Amino acid sequence: MAEPIGTLRRPALSDKRAARDTVSIKAADPCLRVALRAPRESVAAVSTALGVALPSRPKMSGSDGARSALWLGPDEWLVLDQAGNEMLPALAKVDAFHSAVDVSHRNVGIIVSGRGAADVINAGCPQDLSLTAFHVGACSRTLLGKIEIVLWRIAEDEFRIECWRSFADYADSLLRVAARDVSSS
Amino acid sequence: MSAPYRIAGKGRLTPARAVRFTFDGKHYAGLEGDTLASALLANGVHLVGRSFKYHRPRGFLSAGAEEPNALVGVHRDAARKTPNVRATVQELYDGLEAVSQNRWPSLALDVGAINDLASPLFSAGFYYKTFMWPKAAWKRFYEPNIRAAAGLGVAPDQADPDHYAARYAHCDVLIVGGGVAGLTAALAAAETGARIMLVDEQAEPAGALRYESGTRIDGQDGWDWAQAAVQTLRGMDNVHLLTRTTAFGYYTQNMVALSERVTEHLAEPQQDLPRERLWQVRAKRVILATGAIERHMVFANNDRPGIMLASAGRSYLNHHGVAVGRRVGIYTANDSAYHAAVDLKQAGVDVPAIVDLRDNPQGPGVDAARALGIPIHAGRAVVGVAGRQRVTAMNVQAKGGGAVNPIPVDALLTSAGWTPSVHLFSQSRGKVAYDDAGKRFLPGVGAQDCVSIGACNGTDDLDDLLSEAIKAGREAAKAAGIATGRAGPKLKATSSESWSGGMIGAGPGADADSKGKAFVDFQNDVTAKDIRQAVREGMQSIEHVKRFTTNGMATDQGKTSNLHGLAIAAEMLGKAVPAVGLTTFRAPYTPVTFGALANYSRGDQFDPTRRTAIHPWAEAKGAVFEDVGQWKRARYFPRAGEDMFAAVNRECRTVREAAGLFDASTLGKIEVVGPDAASFMELLYTNPWQKLEPGRCRYGIMLREDGFIYDDGVVGRLAPDRSHVTTTTGGAARVLNHMEDYLQTEFPHLKVYLTSVSEQWAVIAVQGPKSREIIAPLVEGIDLSDAAMPHMSVREGKICGVPTRLFRMSFTGERGFEVNVPADYGQAVWEALWAEAEKHGACAYGTEAMHVLRAEKGYIIVGQDTDGTATASDVGLDWAVGKKKADFVGKRGMARPDLVAAGRKQLVGLRSPDGKTVLEEGAHLVADPNQKVPMTMIGHVTSSYWSENCGHPIALAMVVDGHNRMGEKLFVPMPNGTIEVEVTGTVFFDETGERLHG
Repeated sequence: MAEPIGTLRRPALSDKRAARDTVSIKAADPCLRVALRAPRESVAAVSTALGVALPSRPKMSGSDGARSALWLGPDEWLVLDQAGNEMLPALAKVDAFHSAVDVSHRNVGIIVSGRGAADVINAGCPQDLSLTAFHVGACSRTLLGKIEIVLWRIAEDEFRIECWRSFADYADSLLRVAARDVSSS
Repeated sequence: MSAPYRIAGKGRLTPARAVRFTFDGKHYAGLEGDTLASALLANGVHLVGRSFKYHRPRGFLSAGAEEPNALVGVHRDAARKTPNVRATVQELYDGLEAVSQNRWPSLALDVGAINDLASPLFSAGFYYKTFMWPKAAWKRFYEPNIRAAAGLGVAPDQADPDHYAARYAHCDVLIVGGGVAGLTAALAAAETGARIMLVDEQAEPAGALRYESGTRIDGQDGWDWAQAAVQTLRGMDNVHLLTRTTAFGYYTQNMVALSERVTEHLAEPQQDLPRERLWQVRAKRVILATGAIERHMVFANNDRPGIMLASAGRSYLNHHGVAVGRRVGIYTANDSAYHAAVDLKQAGVDVPAIVDLRDNPQGPGVDAARALGIPIHAGRAVVGVAGRQRVTAMNVQAKGGGAVNPIPVDALLTSAGWTPSVHLFSQSRGKVAYDDAGKRFLPGVGAQDCVSIGACNGTDDLDDLLSEAIKAGREAAKAAGIATGRAGPKLKATSSESWSGGMIGAGPGADADSKGKAFVDFQNDVTAKDIRQAVREGMQSIEHVKRFTTNGMATDQGKTSNLHGLAIAAEMLGKAVPAVGLTTFRAPYTPVTFGALANYSRGDQFDPTRRTAIHPWAEAKGAVFEDVGQWKRARYFPRAGEDMFAAVNRECRTVREAAGLFDASTLGKIEVVGPDAASFMELLYTNPWQKLEPGRCRYGIMLREDGFIYDDGVVGRLAPDRSHVTTTTGGAARVLNHMEDYLQTEFPHLKVYLTSVSEQWAVIAVQGPKSREIIAPLVEGIDLSDAAMPHMSVREGKICGVPTRLFRMSFTGERGFEVNVPADYGQAVWEALWAEAEKHGACAYGTEAMHVLRAEKGYIIVGQDTDGTATASDVGLDWAVGKKKADFVGKRGMARPDLVAAGRKQLVGLRSPDGKTVLEEGAHLVADPNQKVPMTMIGHVTSSYWSENCGHPIALAMVVDGHNRMGEKLFVPMPNGTIEVEVTGTVFFDETGERLHG
């Protein structure tokens, strides 16, 4: 996507940063996102076009370089490309039935990292975030307080939260107050 | 300041660590590790409160969470005044300020105590029976006065300055209770490597080992063993030990709620620490080791300060080093009180008598007491006491009657036995079973993956308890999927303690014809007599007895009173205890603060506040915002000196004269993709879609199955297999759910997928005669001419160099465009459009002007002009219903007899003949203003505004048979007079619709 007025782009969480000794919360860089839906019989063709094998089991993600596919449901994935390489042109050539919708601006990414990261997220997220239940690479559409998020563990102590744009302020503020608790105890 | 009742060398507190505090303004000294209760008792203070109903003087009953009496206010500063704190639970900190409650003018001289003398008036059911007439007086007079007189602490009058936290957690095994059973189970489960959570309400777990002196485990004194076990567990990575934490609720699928008191015990809490933390724990297995609660004896005036539970007296002595009196009597029907007598005697306290209701008590405790020379009065009862603000003597009488022998005492410890704490087990929906021999309810058939061990399971023998706990710990870990290995921990224990015996119900001093008040429930002032009266008045179920007497309904939930009340009712009814039934245990086990429950849900975290990408621009321009669901929407943009009326009038005028920019980003947007997209739309909307060509738009109506309007919006067909659907702002989420629901359940054969893109696109509506001139310089690759891009069309191209889905559509009746751009570009594109708009004298307008402009054109707002009972025909949208369509959601509903019958309310316009009066939205309409009240109302106003463009007020209304009433006069009766209106069509401006194209 050419961005001639890219300098005028105003991300929802442009200048928000919070760092404490146990946890850091920051806005992720903008990236390309596709909301992908495809029935089982189309998965192979879509995977080939994307260059990433779409995972088929709950909580699984698959990555190739900067491109990652997060399993959200039996026929649903959130695909991220953090290098800015367009996905829609390749997908448009896939004849097999699927739906690929650009949601690059719909979502906001928030990176929560540090040894208190899981505790901070557990302030509002009911998932079991132990490494055995939510291993590195695991992802899930879940809750953070009163909003829906997609949670993705990118390292032992690092998570990416994806939420809709207008919920980013809420997510950010909840994570900050939770970080206050986690860092104090 | 010395503490006269502190015994040198007794207890586990360090004498050098003094802590100062005040009670009712008087200064006292306590020790680090004291509770407020133990510190007051060390100073000889027993009178700490007045009772709820009769304002009777009250002291401490217990030494723990079950305390019904000793509720005080704890004040930190002007904003931090916590009422109803149990003094037996509140840990002492330096500078603690406590005040007594429910007394005036002072604790010792309380005017409200007149209620005690007038008590024949206040018996069970009194409120229900007395204040029946006049009806209105209940709300205005009786209730406020009763509430003021009866009651506990005073709620704080300032906002809570503290903050509260919350956390979800998961574990293999959750163990509730850190007594000997819980600690042992935790050790056994933890050594398997399972993820363990152990919670205990005390700062230092120990359970009954806190006061028992006769238990040795692994060669150690019970308390020392417990603290060593705690150290071991704290050192293990797989164990999460939470102290000062109460498991208060047991919910479905092993979800247990905990409240952790983080700073209540600290003199100067660190700023970042939350005051409390709410834990919601999902455990694969739960082990309940919640212990048992001692019951008091029921006899006349058993509530006098100085009368306490035997275990409490022991706890204060053995843990805090405090004697509850100099001359302490014992009244029991149970073995364990003997150990209290022995401990007191050995500490040098005079124990003049043990009164035992049993004829021939036997056991190690009895032998020990006898060996110390304590007189034992077996087969006798305490039938009353002397003393009002402090007990001064106990009156002893043989069970069969005879002479009453007063024995002077300054404290009296009683024990009627132990009530297993089955609260959490019962909350888990487990069924309790009555153990007749033990006079107690025990866990029966469970409903969840939990097991009860120790005293709460009726396991009294220490050896049995240890093996039960080890087995439970290992089996829970195994059941959670953890390999347990061969051996478990081995513990050798000896105990001289005995828990057997006990009675439930009223003692001889509280039989039906006795005069004094024999309290069953201290906190709600319920006596044995009240329970009997309830039965006499026809209550047979314990649930009815409970509600009639309020027994067990106070904040302590009847921890000490339920079984006594039940036994008295059963006796009156001549039924067995289990036949009368046990009331249901409900969360919370002990009171939980609103702060903990609300935790993060305050301020910015109370509810998400959604703002559009263009919000910062609107804010900078001084827009006034309104809440639309969670969204903040710019309502109007006042200029200097303008009020809302002036601003909205200017905005409405400017849009029709030049143009206006409007932030429509909050509209719901759904991308419908797939070869069957049009077929799906055909089924979900009333309109025909198959023939809508790519690049064209259509206004669509969506019905529910019942034929009523559900939502509306404009749909743009981008390609044969792709449509861009818009919904109302409020309908965004539910319309997607509605569509997804039908797609998955009714039309799963259709190859189509739905994706919400509400937030992908910022939407800038450019409306007005100059709209094309405003956007034209910025748009690339789209022919904007009327021929190439007529009204109701959509194009994809670029604006300001970024991708756009450009709609030509109008919600104002003017030529208009809706510019969709990726949200992060929304503000930049808006600013570029604004620069162009200013050249043409256009304005930014808000939701209020939008409402007026659409009403001038008779465009409805679903949810304002419709209320979920309007059909397309009712609101004049028959044209949008595809008559030839075979099927769509709501088609059959539309044909229901009452939906096609005459006399339905229909949408009409209203005009005020005076040209001035703006009707009130929601106002009712009548045909004849002179009829008698209540009048027959034939409709109501749904939308009403001043129309600057029309020069007169306009209104829309739903009126019975409205479409046939054109030109009729109707009336709006209002408090200040009746307003006459004329029924008109719904289009007030540009009836022919030329301006859409012009």
